[in-house]
Amino acid sequence: MLKLTITLAAGLLVAGQACAQDRPSQAVIDAYIKSTFGKASPEWQARIKPDETLAVCNATRNTPSSAQSEEMLKREAARVAYPADGKFLGDWKKGYQVANNGRGGQFSDPPGTVSGGNCFACHQLDPKEVSYGTLGPSLSAYGKDRKYDPESIKDAYTKVYDSMAVVACSNMPRFGVNKVLSVEQIKDVMAYLFDPESPVNK
Amino acid sequence: MRIPLIAAAALIAAMGLAGTRLAAQSPPDDSEKEIERYRQMLSDPFSNPGFLAVDRGEVLWSEARGPKSVSLEGCDLGEGPGKLDGAYAKLPRYFADSDKVMDLEQRLLWCMDKVQGLDTKDVVARRFSGPGKASDMEDLVAFIANKSNGMKIAPPLSHPKEKEAAAVGEALFYTRGGVNDFSCATCHAEEGKRIRLQGLPNLSVKGKAAQETMASWPTYRVSQSALRTMQHRLWDCYRQQRWPVPEYGSDALTALTVFLETRAEGGEINVPSIKR
Ligand code: HEC
Ligand code: HEC
Repeated sequence: MLKLTITLAAGLLVAGQACAQDRPSQAVIDAYIKSTFGKASPEWQARIKPDETLAVCNATRNTPSSAQSEEMLKREAARVAYPADGKFLGDWKKGYQVANNGRGGQFSDPPGTVSGGNCFACHQLDPKEVSYGTLGPSLSAYGKDRKYDPESIKDAYTKVYDSMAVVACSNMPRFGVNKVLSVEQIKDVMAYLFDPESPVNK
Repeated sequence: MRIPLIAAAALIAAMGLAGTRLAAQSPPDDSEKEIERYRQMLSDPFSNPGFLAVDRGEVLWSEARGPKSVSLEGCDLGEGPGKLDGAYAKLPRYFADSDKVMDLEQRLLWCMDKVQGLDTKDVVARRFSGPGKASDMEDLVAFIANKSNGMKIAPPLSHPKEKEAAAVGEALFYTRGGVNDFSCATCHAEEGKRIRLQGLPNLSVKGKAAQETMASWPTYRVSQSALRTMQHRLWDCYRQQRWPVPEYGSDALTALTVFLETRAEGGEINVPSIKR
């Protein structure tokens, strides 16, 4: 077992090196990005400037070293803002709207568009809804399976506010950190996951 | 004209069935056979509306235009001036006269400017067609790409700039950003995934998914009633990626296309295809 782990780790190391060698310098990559996105407004430019965390994910193709992961989880955890009133659950019906809404943040969206969380794009939630994506795990019966436990509620809030505070280089958006969803919207989504009356738990 | 419209409507209906089938994950059944029947019908030049674009493109290619009043037949797409057979199978590629790696659309704009002396502002403004707005670029791409049918995708990676474009394209494929932290890899780097009900091809590795994808563009999009090119596909994916509007015919898009063609090498071109 130990031997297997070591072989595996060595294999990953080699793969990692090969990948780093193939990657052109960031200056070369940035010149291409500038040619394609350089005319966008400063506000739009800022959106594609990687923060410290994304820079690591980009350079390692989402496989940071364990030291990088540890640092990332700590850095991102410090960015999570919890509800001031200590209440994590809002209105599950509004939470459904947030989970079902895929609008916002696209250059085709009219100004003032309210962003949704688009959870259905990647997760199964209400088992009766057939139109769901599979990029993330099924969240059906999420609250029920966790016996509506307060610690699990807090963990899920953390996950949605900043997915990378939980899994380094997670493919899931960092909804709170990137200001896609407000604290109120996240509380409503939490209710959609954790209210016993929510279709997710039926 | 009436036949394609009826066929297109039937396809939409069939695609609706396809969605249901996908959700239920049931084995191939009658509705799948129906879709296959419509597919065959629609790859028939007489009922796939994409072939109307091919015909329009042929006229545009040989028409004398611009202040120099010459046609595009003096344009070198890599195989020699005016040579079209197989040219699309090797694009994007390096061109010595511009000292750049160019995809078909960049190259056509370059030729319009240099060969015909045409002001391309209006052509770029109409890069994507819409109701009552024809697109010369879509029509020309349909015509030229169709001349590579039956040939295999063969990206030339001999020039250092072609190699650079492929490597940058690969890095861009994994570059995350925008308010959702998305990259192409978020949606196109695993087998058998879908977003809502939309199947997502894994374009990160060489193989059938990448081959079938790249060998089927340009395509007639039934949902948009228009022929669309790879430039439009990437524009739409960057939109879903929550990135800024990409500049038409610019270097990052070409680099991504080079990378995708390396994954699709050997795929047999059959265009214009028809898609949802
Ligand atoms: C682009 C895809 C994507 C979107 C959109 C998305 N997620 Fe996720 N989510 C994932 C992936 C992938 C995972 C598993 C890997 C990980 O944890 O990073 C995950 C994990 C989770 C988990 C943890 C599951 C567990 O293991 O207990 C929760 C809770 C969750 N998502 C909730 C949400 C909610 C609520 C939304 C919408 C507001 C949402 N997700 C939107 C991709 C997504
Ligand atoms: C948020 C999700 C998402 C992201 C990010 C994304 N795509 Fe896509 N892509 C899709 C969907 C959904 C489709 C299928 C659309 C359809 O069938 O209507 C698609 C289709 C495609 C296709 C055509 C597939 C076919 O079968 O014809 C190509 C090529 C492609 N994407 C490339 C890319 C590239 C390159 C990037 C990065 C610049 C990218 N995508 C980013 C969701 C995404």
